[in-house]
Amino acid sequence: MMKRPLLMTGALMGAAGAVFLLVNTMPGCKPNTTKTVVTGDAASKVYVKPGTHDEFYNFVSGGFSGQLGIYGLPSGRLLREVPVFSVDPESGYGYSEESKGMLMTSAGFIPWDDSHHPELSQTNAVPDGRWCFINGNNTPRVALIDLGTFRTHSIIEIPNSAGNHSSPFSTPNTEYVVAGTRFSVPMGDDAQRDVPISSYKENFKGTVSFIKPDTSGRMSIAFQIVTPGVNFDLARTGKGVSDGWFFFSCYNTEQAYSLLEVNASQRDKDFIMAVNWKKAEQLVKEGKGKRVPGKHYSNWWNDRTHSAESTVYEDVLQIDPKEYPGIVYFMPCPKSPHGCDVNPSGEYIVGSGKLAALIPVFSFKKIQDAIAKNELEGEFAGIPVLKYESVLHGEVKKPGLGPLHTEFDANGNAYTSFFVSSEIVKWNVEKLEVVDRVPTYYSIGHLCVPGGNSAKPWGKYVIAYNKITKDRYLPTGPELTQSAQLYSIEGDKMELLLDFPTTGEPHYAQACPADLVKPREVKFFKIDENQHPYVAKGEKETKVERKGNEVHIWMTTIRSHFAPDNIEGVKLGDEVYFHVTNLEQDWDVPHGFAMKGAANAELLIMPGETQTLKWVPTKVGVQPFYCTDFCSALHQEMQGYIRVSPANSNIPLKGETKSVDAGS
Amino acid sequence: MNTKHIAAAVLFAGSLVITACGGGEETRKVPEGVKMPENAPSAEGGAAAGLITAADITLGEIDNAMVEKGKTTYDVKCQACHSTSENRVVGPGWKGITQRRKPEWIMNMMLNIDVMLESDPEAQKGLEQCLVRMPNQNLSKEEGRQVLEFMRTL
Repeated sequence: MMKRPLLMTGALMGAAGAVFLLVNTMPGCKPNTTKTVVTGDAASKVYVKPGTHDEFYNFVSGGFSGQLGIYGLPSGRLLREVPVFSVDPESGYGYSEESKGMLMTSAGFIPWDDSHHPELSQTNAVPDGRWCFINGNNTPRVALIDLGTFRTHSIIEIPNSAGNHSSPFSTPNTEYVVAGTRFSVPMGDDAQRDVPISSYKENFKGTVSFIKPDTSGRMSIAFQIVTPGVNFDLARTGKGVSDGWFFFSCYNTEQAYSLLEVNASQRDKDFIMAVNWKKAEQLVKEGKGKRVPGKHYSNWWNDRTHSAESTVYEDVLQIDPKEYPGIVYFMPCPKSPHGCDVNPSGEYIVGSGKLAALIPVFSFKKIQDAIAKNELEGEFAGIPVLKYESVLHGEVKKPGLGPLHTEFDANGNAYTSFFVSSEIVKWNVEKLEVVDRVPTYYSIGHLCVPGGNSAKPWGKYVIAYNKITKDRYLPTGPELTQSAQLYSIEGDKMELLLDFPTTGEPHYAQACPADLVKPREVKFFKIDENQHPYVAKGEKETKVERKGNEVHIWMTTIRSHFAPDNIEGVKLGDEVYFHVTNLEQDWDVPHGFAMKGAANAELLIMPGETQTLKWVPTKVGVQPFYCTDFCSALHQEMQGYIRVSPANSNIPLKGETKSVDAGS
Repeated sequence: MNTKHIAAAVLFAGSLVITACGGGEETRKVPEGVKMPENAPSAEGGAAAGLITAADITLGEIDNAMVEKGKTTYDVKCQACHSTSENRVVGPGWKGITQRRKPEWIMNMMLNIDVMLESDPEAQKGLEQCLVRMPNQNLSKEEGRQVLEFMRTL
């Protein structure tokens, strides 16, 4: 969700005072200060001794940084920012020749996106520590991060989508991850897409895509379900009793196309869309559906060639639920629902209407009964709408203002974030009773319980990902750090333990025990398995070659020198490609490579890896390159020179390393 | 490196005449058995496996097939720092190395470098001279043995 537009909702505008006022005047919210809510032993509960590890990994959305943040819990220590949808000069991601392909789309090279929702891969509806998915909201994409390397392993573009918000939530065994479009748009050929905006009802459609990752992590779109024009917001898989179904929240059932702030908030209820994905999958197996235009890229990182491989698809398989009854139903849900969350047993689906003052809880059993008995309110654009009362388990009355998102513990409790009243409310799912509430600082968006979306939550903590920071940290001018807050949920009362800063807006996060991930870690790439076309397996394979105006340098690094480190014969007008292989075969020994005047970033080359930096010299002379990552006591000596001569020069091309007495 | 080692290293460096990088000294003390200090690196450093002893290595006639494989590994993983002459590049040259060092010491330097640098005085002496920690190139025991065979031909 977006930060500032939501602040503008309601009568209270987003000034600091308004936020404080809200916290202090909410019914059931006593005035609180930090002092009153932090207890004496909070510090010991988050202290992780130097040299020891956190108990959980926390995978946190990098928001408009386009990246994925990796934190340890309970310490809140930032461990790594994984570059995903945005270029990263620190690692060379998106700058090296090999990695540029990861960011290719049908619109060309897109170096930025807005990353929203991390989702861990699952086995039997429980996170398994293999992969973490995250969606790119702006130019619709889904990425898969391999938790062995903590690198972006593949990215797929979503065709016939415009704003991939309702994504990338996983089915119980990661058969699929989904991508529901935030904005509906006209689809088809050029003439079908070039229509007046005011023809929304007639011409605009939504899609939800089911993306299939294969065992190597390469992704493709298995099928797309085309829907009436609405906005899709979030989604969750069914599991346990509801395995085979998927639930998507949608808003703007008014089908507004201007001033949505007002025009899309008219109806008392919008919808949660229930999709029988196993039935859709069966139809696909039977050859149903039709291929429609939808050019898209699927990019995959090859760990052997250390390069991106892109596959381009021209079309996509679409299923129209109007032609196949029984796949898609709408359930009325108050009001502009954001979260759409399924409890651990799979029986209850919690809608969080962000403009509502109650939380509706739907029953899967009742949904099935209502479908069997055909208990309909009517139709919406050809899709059956189930009767609200028939599918409702019950409502949590007056829980707070602006419910956004819900996760669960293993003891029958739900934890719902409230943006407008800035609090977390704990309530009993079966009894629909509020049992506890704590304030957040300030204006919480999503929250996370480790495993809290799964069949077996690990519990222990709930983490608030806040939209407003204000006075919580040392001020840093107009732009402040983003922030999260860690609460213990082990006792009857929730207890604030820690604030920790995050980078980019932390839309959502997931957490799992570190033991699920740690055994998978790749420590270096085996040089013997390196299949990069420009690898130099040892200094004997280093060389310099000219191909027209391209100069290719097969270069190696090891503590602490480059080979070759003296290069001559490059001419103005040449394009120079440094193909740098790191010969090290040990953990934590990357070498960096930086070339003076390169209109580019550095390379950070992991042991056993080959990466390429392109440099186009602009003037005659001798220029240095050097290692940027401190590698040994002689790191400062790790350097080289390259000589650039005029375009008409006859200096022979050569590269060498001159040892004082290298012997053989 | 613990404080005791640092102190010893400073004293030693003051009186040492450096000829070549750890490879050129005639007299030396070969450690009888290497003991792990309490703060030695953990398994994460790749060195928790037991050190290789003389009993683990049998040297016979030169095995040319092994030499060939050892040379291949040398070209990819060792040659950037070690010449096959007596001369040092980053680390010591290998010519005659098997006459100067016991085979188990060489094998441990290849396979258990972190333990050796933590606890073996000769390895530490080499580091004082070269100042670059020898990389752990993660050779298998078999590859290390093949490199040793290649060294025997130099």
